[in-house]
Amino acid sequence: MTETIKYTATEELAELFTQNREMYEEGCPGFMNRVRSDALEKFVKAGIPSRKNENYKYTDLRPVFQNDFSVLPRYVQQQVDLHEMFHCDVPQLNTHLVLLINGWYYGHNRKIGQLPDGVVLGSLNHVAREHPHLIEKAYNQLAGKSDDPIANLNTAMAKDGLFLYVPDNVTIDKPIQIVNLLYAKENTFAVQRNMFVLGKNSEATIVFCDHTLNNNYYILNNLSECFPEEDSRFNFYAVQNMHNGAVNNTHFFADLKARANLHTNTLTLNGGVVRNNLNIKLKGEYAHADLNGLALADEEQHIDNFIAIDHSVPNCTSNQLYKNILDEQSSGAFTGRIHVLRDAQKTEAYQRNNNVLLSETAEMNTKPQLIIDADDVRCSHGATVGRIDEDALFYLRTRGINEKEARLMIMFAFADEVLSQVNIKVLRQRLEELVNRRLRGELGPCQSCSFNRRN
Amino acid sequence: MLQIKNLHTSVEGKEILKGISIDVKPGEIHAIMGPNGSGKSTLANVLAGHEKYQVTEGEIIYEGENLLEQAPEERAKNGIFLSFQYPIEIPGVSMVNFLKTAVNEHRKHKGQEPLSASQFLKLMEEKKKVVEISSQLTNRSVNEGFSGGEKKRNEIYQMAMLEPKLAILDETDSGLDIDALRVVAKGVNALKSPENATIVVTHYQRLLEYIVPDYVHVLYDGKIVKSAGKELALELEEKGYDWIKNES
Ligand SMILES: Nc1ncnc2c1ncn2[C@@H]1O[C@H](COP(=O)(O)OP(=O)(O)OP(=O)(O)O)[C@@H](O)[C@H]1O
Ligand SMILES: [Mg+2]
Repeated sequence: MTETIKYTATEELAELFTQNREMYEEGCPGFMNRVRSDALEKFVKAGIPSRKNENYKYTDLRPVFQNDFSVLPRYVQQQVDLHEMFHCDVPQLNTHLVLLINGWYYGHNRKIGQLPDGVVLGSLNHVAREHPHLIEKAYNQLAGKSDDPIANLNTAMAKDGLFLYVPDNVTIDKPIQIVNLLYAKENTFAVQRNMFVLGKNSEATIVFCDHTLNNNYYILNNLSECFPEEDSRFNFYAVQNMHNGAVNNTHFFADLKARANLHTNTLTLNGGVVRNNLNIKLKGEYAHADLNGLALADEEQHIDNFIAIDHSVPNCTSNQLYKNILDEQSSGAFTGRIHVLRDAQKTEAYQRNNNVLLSETAEMNTKPQLIIDADDVRCSHGATVGRIDEDALFYLRTRGINEKEARLMIMFAFADEVLSQVNIKVLRQRLEELVNRRLRGELGPCQSCSFNRRN
Repeated sequence: MLQIKNLHTSVEGKEILKGISIDVKPGEIHAIMGPNGSGKSTLANVLAGHEKYQVTEGEIIYEGENLLEQAPEERAKNGIFLSFQYPIEIPGVSMVNFLKTAVNEHRKHKGQEPLSASQFLKLMEEKKKVVEISSQLTNRSVNEGFSGGEKKRNEIYQMAMLEPKLAILDETDSGLDIDALRVVAKGVNALKSPENATIVVTHYQRLLEYIVPDYVHVLYDGKIVKSAGKELALELEEKGYDWIKNES
């Protein structure tokens, strides 16, 4: 007989929240606190997802939450200067740099350089209290409709995170780099809540970098709601580089207005269990979403990208390109759900998922889902799971290129198709460099910090 | 230079080469002809080091050393070049990066400094002229979307860049127009020297008017059934292979 594990984390988390409810509500405006109960109820009802949950068919999150960890309903002062301690590999870029720590806006962030007039960039909690009018109406409008238990758990426990507001007709030239650090004395479950509001015809670029600064067990539950208004352009890059015992759980919700343009690129370099949810709704005509992802995994890493994109109105376009290179015992999953609603004529929606398995034991599950209720649409999807092309390898070797280098060339070429979508040249070059080093096995979860993989 | 002795090769358990012996001396050109499926490409691939083909008997000595012990890249650096019958497309690997890596690996092997970016581009330009290949091709990914003829031309371009001692051309003339054929011949003849040798696999006498062989071997069912001078090619063109099959 197999021993059955009883997963109790759902109840324990609910209990933990209820007991500390005062602390969770403390310092938050009413509009944040009012949605907590409902969200918690939804979380408890669905429970931490197992494979029985259709959307989590390839990722059982129950074992992940079964570990012991602390939660942080209050900001914890850091004993060290995080700027001193941390140097991310991605910068050397000319960016506005902002640090977050365990889901909280870091209290000693250095002054952010000159931003255009009217731009608000800072702590969500702070802005919610000081400028509630910027947040109140939109807060939880997207996540609140979700039945994802982890998204609901985020809403129940959310206190802080990043907030960005770009007024109409304003362009922020420099990318804004947000470094999400995980650093605590004990195992920690961190909740981070972000909001990006892009006024009409505005433009901004965010680069998220997730890092663990020591080998404790971390679960990051990181939820972003994004509101690109008419004609706005928003680029969202995520570089995920947590250690291989850590859990990264991200949610990105966006409702695009007419002619808004959203570009995302999720680069997963390290991390134990990574689940990225993208929920995109194209709600204004001629809106465009371009969603890309690249994951490089080995050891026992598990990476699951789950995308749901709704074409609600006519003439919108979307494009998904996701790739995985999986080695050793790692596993990957991809779900790309495209829903074209009845009125969304002249939709163009494309999707491609290509995967390379480098070992016999690596595993990939890929599942396109097209639900098309309109008749005048152009949709396509394609998925491949393969191995390194041995003929290509031989061809390169017959020209004098050694096997290792030839393999790297082929893998890099495969990966680079995703990176080539990054439209900021310096960032693209930095990411290419990181991927190259990762493929060569020269990149730990964070190159600059001495902390390396969890054993 | 190259001694193939009683070579037996099988792929997936099936014997394809059944005892082949050929002796190639520096400066020589050998043509290998034979009907489809007789094993010509198999021989070419075995010489280049393809792991799919298992040598079950016999040996191959190249410049006094056991070739079978060398990895494909070592063979390449020791001067062996295979022009593929079906060149492989490698999406995303740029021609420039590919050739630069290959050329510098060759140089490293010879104890030479790697070429700088500008030196390398100069070399590319120089060789482009020899094989009349357009920059539109060399700016793309390796063979990706190249036409059949363009791929063959690209093989010769790579050969010109790498300057091998022993070139093996596997049906490089198939699918080429007359101009391209001339270019291939020009590429091969440019490398011709008393030290270098060439093995040409072909179905047509036509190419051999440009690249004149010292020997013509007929491969049939994994065996060399006839070897003679260049006049054999003409005879084959007229009479086909049946008379030889009967002879053997
Ligand atoms: N990987 C393989 N698996 C099984 N059979 C193979 C394999 N490679 C070659 N063969 C077989 O070996 C035989 C010789 O093939 P080869 O490609 O060497 O012929 P060839 O003389 O070059 O023919 P062609 O003139 O058509 O190019 C054929 O019967 C072919 O089907
Ligand atoms: Mg052949």
